[in-house]
Amino acid sequence: MDNVIRRRTPGARLARAALYAVLIVMALFYLLPLLIMLLTSIKPLDEIGAGTLLALPEHPTLAPWVNAWGEACTGMRCEGVGGYFWNSFAIVIPAVAISTVVGALNGYALTKWRFRGSELVFALMLFGCFIPFQVVLLPMAQTLGWLGLSSSRAGLVLVHVVFGIAFTTLFFRNFYVAVPSELVSAAKLDGAGFFRIFWRILLPVSAPIIVVSVIWQFTQIWNDFLFGVAFSAHDTQPVTVALNNLVNTSTGVKEYNVNMAAAMIAALPTLVVYVLAGKYFVRGLTAGSVKG
Amino acid sequence: MATLELKQITKSFDDTHVIKGVDLEVNDREFVVFVGPSGCGKSTLMRMIAGLESATSGDILIDGQRMNEVGPADRGLAMVFQSYALYPHMTVEDNMGFSMRLAGVSKDKRREKVLEAAKILQLEPLLDRKPKALSGGQRQRVAIGRAIVRNPSIFLFDEPLSNLDAALRVQMRIELARLHEELDATMIYVTHDQIEAMTMADKIVVLQGGEVEQVGSPMGLYHHPRNRFVAGFIGSPKMNFIAVEQVSSDAEGVTIKLPGGETRQVPIDGSGHAGGGALELGVRPEHLVLDEQGPMEGRIQVLERLGGQTSLYVQMGDSLLTIMADGDVAYRVNDSVRFGFSSDRAHLFDAEGLSLPKLHRHPLAGLRRQDNRAPSDTVGQ
Repeated sequence: MDNVIRRRTPGARLARAALYAVLIVMALFYLLPLLIMLLTSIKPLDEIGAGTLLALPEHPTLAPWVNAWGEACTGMRCEGVGGYFWNSFAIVIPAVAISTVVGALNGYALTKWRFRGSELVFALMLFGCFIPFQVVLLPMAQTLGWLGLSSSRAGLVLVHVVFGIAFTTLFFRNFYVAVPSELVSAAKLDGAGFFRIFWRILLPVSAPIIVVSVIWQFTQIWNDFLFGVAFSAHDTQPVTVALNNLVNTSTGVKEYNVNMAAAMIAALPTLVVYVLAGKYFVRGLTAGSVKG
Repeated sequence: MATLELKQITKSFDDTHVIKGVDLEVNDREFVVFVGPSGCGKSTLMRMIAGLESATSGDILIDGQRMNEVGPADRGLAMVFQSYALYPHMTVEDNMGFSMRLAGVSKDKRREKVLEAAKILQLEPLLDRKPKALSGGQRQRVAIGRAIVRNPSIFLFDEPLSNLDAALRVQMRIELARLHEELDATMIYVTHDQIEAMTMADKIVVLQGGEVEQVGSPMGLYHHPRNRFVAGFIGSPKMNFIAVEQVSSDAEGVTIKLPGGETRQVPIDGSGHAGGGALELGVRPEHLVLDEQGPMEGRIQVLERLGGQTSLYVQMGDSLLTIMADGDVAYRVNDSVRFGFSSDRAHLFDAEGLSLPKLHRHPLAGLRRQDNRAPSDTVGQ
């Protein structure tokens, strides 16, 4: 634990207890929406109408989850969100991989192979982080049309890569700027070229920032709705769009339990990524330099 | 055989001229030290020799071959960096063998060469460690080992000792001198520390503002500095400068009037100096002598007792002079002292800061570090 020496007076203990009490209450408050979603998703429909939001289910059931995955109607079709869930993966995985690799190469080139105007290039790329998505919808639609990628998964991957590069470049550039340039000089004298230095020297020390980049990109792209709804066709929609359609398609009664189950399914991957790699995320963001 | 020649080398970044036309010859197996204050261009010059920076103009010749367009790995040289630049994710063995691995040398051959170098540097027990598990001195030796395995014709050292503590620095200095002898290689060494330059160099190149101020042997620079800058830079503590007036000049030397009014003759050729009168007398702290009949007087401001020696900082007029005296001198702060100087060790500088030539050349001025050794197969100049 910590090495700070504290006097254990009764007053200090009380203050500590109060501190923890506040923290716990806050944490519970934050967890409340998730708890309600979870509870609602395993209640039968009649219990939802009868009980309160926080009431525990009397007859817990997984039927809403099964329904949401494979049967619920999203617009005209009634196939659940399962297919779109895999759609999202098919978009997210290549988009994350490509934008991370390109960002790493950009960061490497901008810090270790400086050229005239490299700072300006970086500043312009940084600018890309601040462009509102709405502004590029029309030009992007036009561009995708020209490229013959309209309404395709590849088109969505391209859009996410283009937008992600600004962020991944920023991450890697700031990480590599702290890696001593003498390492690169030494490798040059040892006979390594641009890609070999990247592969053999820089990449092996980049684990923390790769984790950051992957988590960030994964979350951003998985949660994207705007590009998904604008640039996809029926069978290439990501799960976020399908979820929206599911919630908006009503056949009489609102099936809150199915909606909640679908929302949980849509949110699950990012949750899992955070739980598994969250601590590396924080570590990677705060890791400054690589000490030789 | 490995000689290096620089011909009118310049380096500019946009409008900033970092190196302003450097000419230099480095002979085979010579230990050459580039020394100068920070920002003088010594590291840039070395990076240009290594091929890590391009020259704006001029020629870099290694063994007579123009190297300007040759890549850093193909110039036949190896470099040891200030931060050691060890690859943090590789073991000592992999660090040292990296260049051979890139060159496609077989694993057995690599191991053999690494072991050979490790033996010279006593690194054998450390071969499986990662750099972060090594002390500063060990990292330093690994960095040198990485250079040795490449069998370079020229070794480049960029301030290699500046990250070590004082005791280790002395030890590594000795080790480097030994290595120079053992490897029989040409070595170029960059430092801002004039003690490293004095102790290791066959030839010192003093740089300032991107230009060579003087090239010479350590003793040559010490006894015959070309100008005030070199005089002040070489030698520790720094040389004292005292404003004096020229009274007369003849074949025996220049007669000068010291502050306080007394005159002294110093064995310096004043014929090239067009009169004018105002000169600067340069005397090193070790050549100022406490003497109750001495011509100059001052008040002690600070007194540093080092045991064997005592440094006296003496206020005389506007200037604070340093005197190296015996360890047991009885003076205290605020005492008034009289002192003189050994005239054949004195220097005179004109208004431009150029030194007037001495009448007698110091007998050791041509000495190179290699001449300190017993006669062997050293190749003379």
